[in-house]
Amino acid sequence: MIWEFNFALFLFLILCAIAAITVRNLLSAVVILSVYSLIMAVLWAEMNAVDVSFTEAAVGAGITTVLFIAALSRTTRRSKD
Amino acid sequence: MKQDVVIRTVCRLIVPFIQIFALYVIIHGASGAGGGFQGGVIFASSFILIGIAFGLSDARQRISEKANTLLSCTGLYLYAGIGVLCIVFGGNFLGYSFIPLPLDSAATRGLMAEIVEIGIGITVMAVMTSIFYDIAVKEDM
Repeated sequence: MIWEFNFALFLFLILCAIAAITVRNLLSAVVILSVYSLIMAVLWAEMNAVDVSFTEAAVGAGITTVLFIAALSRTTRRSKD
Repeated sequence: MKQDVVIRTVCRLIVPFIQIFALYVIIHGASGAGGGFQGGVIFASSFILIGIAFGLSDARQRISEKANTLLSCTGLYLYAGIGVLCIVFGGNFLGYSFIPLPLDSAATRGLMAEIVEIGIGITVMAVMTSIFYDIAVKEDM
């Protein structure tokens, strides 16, 4: 457990979370959200929660991204608000 | 995208390895990292990969909607059946050690936990694939 590495990951995590809710292009938001999930999985593994990390990597970065993109293909690419 | 030979070949090569890895995760869930839920999600992702690469109609030929419904019910009944079997033999719900198998208590508990994990994996695989089918109804993905 290296706290500098964790701190950098944490900063990047917050950056990704803010970017995912402020970006206008919805496809970009989905991709940034999957990056958020991947960083979160690495952070869970750093905290010795391997099971949670595995679930986050499989569900958050894998299935949810595909489902979001599939849902996005039936609506518009840009956010209105 | 359906005509791209690289995507089709890579998917055809990689799908069996994904499924073997998913079965490994389900079986080794009790001793290491993983379990029924994660293995089921990985197994479903292999069908989603087929659906993206070859088109939804090809994925529906491999595992149809009816098969999805049947498999999700099968996994749920496997889970609940083991639990109710423990109540029938006089224990709590999912109290594995009450099932009278000709094994010692730890082996019985491990075997029953594996069966429950397999049930969870089957249900999660079927439901995830079904959600993907329902969302991606449009053929031109």
